[in-house]
Amino acid sequence: MSGDELRAAVAAAALGSEELRRSLLSAIVEVARAILGARASSIVLLDEAAGELVFEAVAGEGESLLGTRIPAARGIAGWVAQSGEALAVEDVSADPRFARDVAEQTGYVPKGLIAVPLIAQDHVIGVLSVLDRPEQASFSVAESDLLSLFAIQAAAALALVTRTRRAQRVLEGEDEPLSAVARLATTLDRRAGEENGQTAIALLEAIERVLRDR
Amino acid sequence: MASETPPGGGGGLLPASSLRRGLAEDIAMRGGWPDTVDREWAWGGSTGRGARVCVIDSGVDPGHPAVGAVSGAWAAEPSGESIAIVEEAAQDPVGHGTAAAGIVRSLAPECDLYSVRVLGEGNIGTGRALLAGLEWAIEQGFELVNMSLATTRREFVAELHRLADAAYFNGTLLVCSAHNMIMESYPWRFAAVVSVGSHEEPDPFTFFYNPQPPVEFYARGVDVEVPWADKSVITATGNSFAAPHITGIAALILGKHPELTPFQLKSMLYMTAANVGAAA
Repeated sequence: MSGDELRAAVAAAALGSEELRRSLLSAIVEVARAILGARASSIVLLDEAAGELVFEAVAGEGESLLGTRIPAARGIAGWVAQSGEALAVEDVSADPRFARDVAEQTGYVPKGLIAVPLIAQDHVIGVLSVLDRPEQASFSVAESDLLSLFAIQAAAALALVTRTRRAQRVLEGEDEPLSAVARLATTLDRRAGEENGQTAIALLEAIERVLRDR
Repeated sequence: MASETPPGGGGGLLPASSLRRGLAEDIAMRGGWPDTVDREWAWGGSTGRGARVCVIDSGVDPGHPAVGAVSGAWAAEPSGESIAIVEEAAQDPVGHGTAAAGIVRSLAPECDLYSVRVLGEGNIGTGRALLAGLEWAIEQGFELVNMSLATTRREFVAELHRLADAAYFNGTLLVCSAHNMIMESYPWRFAAVVSVGSHEEPDPFTFFYNPQPPVEFYARGVDVEVPWADKSVITATGNSFAAPHITGIAALILGKHPELTPFQLKSMLYMTAANVGAAA
């Protein structure tokens, strides 16, 4: 385990549960949906090794999609993930592949959608999509720009989630001698406000000084 | 010493970086342009015949009625550690390349369309296929290459930059869709390519020159009816659909003026833009 990974693992332990991280992504898709007055919104993560997109957050219609994997080599979100180009499409149901591959799994076929790439450290890591607007038919250039701007925040959140998840895996590795340190960080974080928590921190600081001075 | 230097533009062994006195005749450009270059002079009567347009994208579906004949199709495929460009039966598993080809065809009905498929199975998110496909297309000497895609990966920037310049100097004009992200992506940002963003006008022949680069032109990109996968037709919005409008118009110009260099072609696009000169 490298120093970076250890720090990430300790940070992951302090950052809390998977549920907390998911709620961050959920809040983002809820806001994206609200900004454009749409029926649904989703974030998919690009799993390059598997060539798939994984639903990480869904607001509105299609909530059963969470965790579902779809091929990244086809479809509109797949195109956006591959090309890095934002795309808006009206009447998605006219694209037979889209209807067959994705929407039929959920029983929900959106009419129109806009999808923008989520880019972190110059890699496309996922796609933010906003689907269907009852009030207004098509998405404008200004809205596409607005969503692209909002996608920067979504990308940062998604990068954080995947990074802490990776760190969590390192942390839970059975033969990781330093995972005890990360577990300790979790416990300390929880007890920091209590008296014995403070005592424990003081004790650990003393241990750190001993190790450093050797 | 001077006598050993090849004459400027004379096709010597060394590249000419200066022009010797009396040799301007060697690089004379015949067929001057009128005082006012208008659209009639630029592409009036042209169908794009003779212009070879390569679409680097998700492939092109040749069976789609809005696309018509595809003169050649290739795909970037992983080959050990590198990427090989192999001939294939034209296909498009996404629909996006078919959309780009359909837009070009709608403007320049008699141009020759070629496809290099760099996205899809086996090429997810790599960016290396894009580079290999572009290098190959430049080697083939297509006059026009449409790239409605980009990469954000910094490790490819230097190589892409080299390719963009090679294309420009070798007679291939790259027409690239601009990103609307506040994000660095390429190759559309390079000065050697034509970068295209969207406007909201419905006329496919309306395009504007933007004096504030890096986006150099705006073309139709909103609510465009385009051919898509499985012979479908969808209405789509994005800079992906703006770039092929400029590519199609450039194909018309080349159909009428096949001798134009990328520099001249870009200049003619400028002079015929809706916000420039007499047309403004």
